[in-house]
Amino acid sequence: MATSQNLLQPKQTTGGIVTKIFSKQIVIPLIALMALVLFNLIADPSFFHITLKETNDGYNVLAGNIISVIDYGSELAILAIGMTLVTSSSGGQDISVGATIAIAGSVVMRVLCGENSAPTELQSSIIVAFIVAVIVSMLFGAFNGVLVAYFKIQPMVATLIMFTAGRSIAGWINENKIMNISPECSREFAYFGNNIPGIPVPTPVFIAAACMIIIALVLKFTNLRLYSQSVGINPNSSKLNGINPQTVKLITYVILGVCVAVAGFIKVSRLSTINYSTIGKDIEMDVILAVALGGNPLGGGKFNITASIIGAYVIQMLTTTLTKYDVKSTEIPAYKAIVVIILVVVSAPVVRQKMTQLKKKLTASKVGKEVS
Amino acid sequence: MEKSSLLEMRGICKYFPNVRALEQVDFTLREGEIHALMGENGAGKSTLIKVLTGVYPKDGGEIRLSGKHVSIRSPQDAQNAGISTVYQEITLCPNLTVAENMFIGRTKGQLTNWKKINTHAGELLDSLGIPALPQQQLGSCSIAVQQMVAIARAVDMECKVLILDEPTSSLDEQEVEKLFKLMLSLKKKGVGIIFVTHFLEQVYEVCDRITVLRDGQLVGEYIIEDLPRVKLVSKMLGKELDDMADIKSDADTAKIDYSSTPVYEAQKLAGTTGIKPFDFAIRKGEVNGFTGLLGSGRSECVRAIYGADKVTGGIVKMDGKQINITKPLDAMKHGIFYLAEDRKRDGIVGDLSVRENIILALQVLKGFFRPISRAQAEAFADEYIKLLKIKTASSDTPIKSLSGGNQQKVILARWLLANPIYLILDEPTRGIDIGTKIEIQKLVLKLAAEGKSVTFISSEIDEMLRTCSRLIVMRDGRVVGELSGEDLTQNKIMATIAGGES
Repeated sequence: MATSQNLLQPKQTTGGIVTKIFSKQIVIPLIALMALVLFNLIADPSFFHITLKETNDGYNVLAGNIISVIDYGSELAILAIGMTLVTSSSGGQDISVGATIAIAGSVVMRVLCGENSAPTELQSSIIVAFIVAVIVSMLFGAFNGVLVAYFKIQPMVATLIMFTAGRSIAGWINENKIMNISPECSREFAYFGNNIPGIPVPTPVFIAAACMIIIALVLKFTNLRLYSQSVGINPNSSKLNGINPQTVKLITYVILGVCVAVAGFIKVSRLSTINYSTIGKDIEMDVILAVALGGNPLGGGKFNITASIIGAYVIQMLTTTLTKYDVKSTEIPAYKAIVVIILVVVSAPVVRQKMTQLKKKLTASKVGKEVS
Repeated sequence: MEKSSLLEMRGICKYFPNVRALEQVDFTLREGEIHALMGENGAGKSTLIKVLTGVYPKDGGEIRLSGKHVSIRSPQDAQNAGISTVYQEITLCPNLTVAENMFIGRTKGQLTNWKKINTHAGELLDSLGIPALPQQQLGSCSIAVQQMVAIARAVDMECKVLILDEPTSSLDEQEVEKLFKLMLSLKKKGVGIIFVTHFLEQVYEVCDRITVLRDGQLVGEYIIEDLPRVKLVSKMLGKELDDMADIKSDADTAKIDYSSTPVYEAQKLAGTTGIKPFDFAIRKGEVNGFTGLLGSGRSECVRAIYGADKVTGGIVKMDGKQINITKPLDAMKHGIFYLAEDRKRDGIVGDLSVRENIILALQVLKGFFRPISRAQAEAFADEYIKLLKIKTASSDTPIKSLSGGNQQKVILARWLLANPIYLILDEPTRGIDIGTKIEIQKLVLKLAAEGKSVTFISSEIDEMLRTCSRLIVMRDGRVVGELSGEDLTQNKIMATIAGGES
């Protein structure tokens, strides 16, 4: 026993700390974040300038690229929370979030505007509209969840249904009318996607922060993490340990539904109107990318929501950076594809193995030198 | 000199982070020899095999095949060099057909003649007496048949060295016999066979030589005649073995009162898994067992008790009160726990830590909204790691990186922590080393002495005889007999299983 410990000690001290840091999942999105920050610092430090800008109403609000990253990253971060849970429990992703955002947004508008596409006053309070949207989104989440958990359809295929049908349903809810809530009708409605007068930080940032706090509390005071991970890793033994894998999967899809409702609500509030075919378009890909960038195994099991959230802001920062350098919005996906390629290649087992071998060689040669 | 050596491994070293898996191990295999590789779990048997087959790169040493130096960097290299392996865990693809599994990765041309392959596979299966059809999906076969298909695949490849890593752990006696016949005929053809197993009897039945490893180091190579069993066991453990026969006598003091109300009682319990409705009862402090051939329904019976499979009828009582068990959670709430037969599939949650695996059942019992605090969980884990002598780097280590025996101990810890009233252990000793096997048997008797009821199932009748005071014998999904007291002998059990009586 003593000999084996002696033999192992040098490894633990030299390579040990480095390996320990690099084995942490959160390192992946942090490295990506630092790379982007570094790029912007070198290319144009003005990216980080934050200014106070006066709005038409005479209030001061924060402006700048970094602010818009944090602002527009809110929806992504909120959705990344739900997507991480869904990925963990069901080993697949929900590709219908963009379409169900359209539904949630449409429900909000329907409740607030009623039949009238440009109402002079709101038909009900904003909180009621929000709650109805949450309930409807939870139902659609449950629909996906039932298909995945009870009918055992692969998540991508199951959610393809809502992906296809969602925007049509969204349009149908408001009879395809362009709904519009003018400032004359309700000033408050726009607060949730923009700024509350007198507060310079955009409201979506607070909403996202609230969501993060809620999920942190849920994970602390329930066994959601343990259950979801167990079910994602081994549904058979989870079942024999008294966990119902179907229920757990269903719950995660319903939670994602809530996230979708919040994101949809922010999105319609930003513009005070809804375009059924463009709202939240392709956002599912960004969200899945955020989960992947967070180093979460897309095949389910262990997860780290903080890493996913950082991943979400990294994606948003990439988008903002590209927009700043006048990359056309139609070309942005091509750049994101590059990120995907790097990500996939770096996290591939083959590359990882090669990396550890390389690291071993380096430490071995170092030790060799010290000895000689 | 005797027969020429076929395979020589010299000074093999292999290190994992924090573990010295192999240190200067030598191994020699001669032509036409069946060579047992023995050692406790974690002794380095599987690692040595994996180094030989190119799964792990070696950190030192040399491998020679027929006197020539070879470098094996991948399983493909090993296969090309004529080294075929059948692993302990089935490594085939359950969603492909039997024939596809037998030929996958070794069809030469780009075009594959499936008709020819199916015919060839059929012939091979027939000649080996394996009850499977070439076009059948592998997943639909029993574990035993899957294992035999894996052997058929290895045998069909032009192999000089055949490695069997725990091939018999999921086979029943007749199947083992078939396998041995096959091994002996391969031996005559000059194939060298490395046989890794935990079954001592089997080693003495077919092997010529034994190499013993312990803690990653070579203990020695012996000709089988020179190494009686007791010596082999003490070499493996590195100490003199407690007399195994003693296990029972020192714990059997608790007399069971058969007139008392059973802790658990089932009447005409029926399920959907092909077992006939059966009656069953167990009393406080009793250890009983289900025995029978593989597929006789012994696992299905206990799964029905636990509610793991759908229960379709019957009355279940605990302490005389009628209860309803339709799902595992119901059983758990009544203090009935079940350690499943297939550890990898139904037991461990691989990526989760040892700690999380230990607290899992207790946590589920406490409920979704009452998580066990981190400090408390760590205390529980440390307590059971110490109590059951679980070898793990820390309680944070993922369970999948532990050896089989230690994984099993973690699962045992999980159920013990949840404080069982009635514990069902389905093949808890399968595929683990002899030291741990004895520990588990002792533990079972200790639990019984503490007043818990245990059902213990094992393919090794020896183990059942040592631990159980009553045996329920099954054949073809039916309870065909119950043995206790003086009837508990090997012969009597065999006779009942075979159906010689009544």
